[in-house]
Amino acid sequence: MSEENRKKLVHELEKKAIKLRIMTLEMMRDSEASGHYGGSMSVMDILTTLYFGGIMRVSPVNPKWEERDRFILSKGHACAALCPVLAEKGFFSPDILPTFNKLDSPFGMHPDMNKILGCDMSTGSLGHGTPIAAGMAMAGKYLKKDYRVYVVLSDGEVAEGSTWEAIEIISHFKLDNLCATIDRNKYSLDGPTEGPGILGERGIEGTMTLEPIGKKLEIFGWHVIECDGHNFDQLLDAYEEAARVKGKPTMVIAHTVKGKEISFIEDKYEWHYGQFNSEQYRMALEELNNKLKQLEQKSV
Amino acid sequence: MAEVSSWTMADMADLAPRDVFGKALIELARKNERIVALSADLMLSTKLKDFAAELPGRFFETGLTEQATVGVCAGMATCGLIPFFATFAAFAVMRVCEQVRTDITYPKLNVKIVGTHAGLSMGPGGTTHHATEDIAIMRSMANMTVLVPSDSIQTVKVLQCAAEYEGPCYIRLIRGLESPIMIYESVKKCPFEIGKAATIKQGNDVTIIAAGSPVVQESFVAANELEKEGIHARVIDMASVKPIDREAVIKAAEETGAIITVEDHSIIGGLGGAVAEVVVEEKPVPMKLVGIPDVYSTLGPPAELWARYGLNSESLVRTIKEFVGKIK
Repeated sequence: MSEENRKKLVHELEKKAIKLRIMTLEMMRDSEASGHYGGSMSVMDILTTLYFGGIMRVSPVNPKWEERDRFILSKGHACAALCPVLAEKGFFSPDILPTFNKLDSPFGMHPDMNKILGCDMSTGSLGHGTPIAAGMAMAGKYLKKDYRVYVVLSDGEVAEGSTWEAIEIISHFKLDNLCATIDRNKYSLDGPTEGPGILGERGIEGTMTLEPIGKKLEIFGWHVIECDGHNFDQLLDAYEEAARVKGKPTMVIAHTVKGKEISFIEDKYEWHYGQFNSEQYRMALEELNNKLKQLEQKSV
Repeated sequence: MAEVSSWTMADMADLAPRDVFGKALIELARKNERIVALSADLMLSTKLKDFAAELPGRFFETGLTEQATVGVCAGMATCGLIPFFATFAAFAVMRVCEQVRTDITYPKLNVKIVGTHAGLSMGPGGTTHHATEDIAIMRSMANMTVLVPSDSIQTVKVLQCAAEYEGPCYIRLIRGLESPIMIYESVKKCPFEIGKAATIKQGNDVTIIAAGSPVVQESFVAANELEKEGIHARVIDMASVKPIDREAVIKAAEETGAIITVEDHSIIGGLGGAVAEVVVEEKPVPMKLVGIPDVYSTLGPPAELWARYGLNSESLVRTIKEFVGKIK
């Protein structure tokens, strides 16, 4: 890709990611849902890169296409981010998004592969996605298919024993057709993963230390790429590099900001889960719409 | 001191007379290239070693990572494979309980979990290696089929049916060395199908419903003993614990008026519970549930454990006579 085209792509992704954040908020507002604002905003640029940056090969008209790249949202609680992405990609009409969380809706807090077109695996219980991704990648090798498997983890779920079991399996079987990403927003439900916890001196030292996560993964036999999870140039580079790595799996550690692009929830662990009131929706949407306008006016 | 023969795990795996699971799976896999097998460091014990040797590339050793291995199976199944994951029943059900429920039965994926060494068949292994809760746990999961074959021939038939069936299955096997009695003559003549019971002895005084080895065999022997005393017991092999054959249970209740269930499993939530659920709704009759009481089983040689918990034919004769005497 020429430098100019790359710049254009990055600009398109920047706009798309803001548009998708607006869709998430409108979906939650219109369905009067509570939800995982923080983690949905932190992961959005990763999802946007995978689905709209020419990284993943999928077919919205044929969601079960056998040759498609697979995607697992292991941090299933960011379903509020995934649903607008799949709608925008064309798997289903965005008109049905406002059923989110309502009785019998295909969409809720966590994704269901049998209800959401384009969703390759039901998730919601943490620590499950990485093993499943391993199975998909092993099946790909066995069936001699060239699809790739992408899985996105929260940083909190790295602590799960089953995640580490899968990290070993994926390395053991040299699954270079698998690329995992940690949405490294530095917070899990009970507060920051490391450093002083939310109760200060009376409390705990973080929820569970990850660092030095990159070194740990390298010792486990993974190729590790650290990048700014809100910089599309870096995200594209990371996934393009991952696809070139042979003989070992790749982990992209995407450094992100919880609640990204909504200033009053950025880096606030409390907004892991909650519900905006109408004023908060107005403020957040105004901020996002202003940002989108600025991006649209920017010349590339 | 008597001479003790020397053996290793590997020899035992080769010498086991009823390593039908490993052999049957090789046959099935040769006919269907989508079948693969996984082991979490127990291929010698589960008899998957032969599969691994015969079909390299289709066997995946994932080491001691049971939870992740269930996820791996789920991922494989979404891509069209039919994974058979075998490990000890205690681990295949309890260690990975949430993975089975969330990754396999909830999305209804075509994964076969094979729990070997179920019930008390691990004898001296003690409670950590006994599995007396597995049927209760597995049958409480929606979309799960629970199959408990009683002899080698039925094991082959159950594996065939499970491989053909599109959906999650739990197949419960015991260690495989215990009962020499064969209930079925040949795979062709074995009447097993998912959701159907087999009546292996007719009788109208009482019905014994059992599932798995050695309790089906012991029930059959006990029923023949009872004939000598004028008690004509029907014996039903309920290898398909879920879906259960409701019609066979209702018919037994109507025609014999009393049902006794026998299982190498806790009396809470297993075969007895499954039968009772049908009986109380459809045709209430007196029932007796024989199985492991609400305790952690002690350790010892399996045959002595089964005798301890009343699961051998001698105990069953006594229990059934007492039960029939009380109600008739």
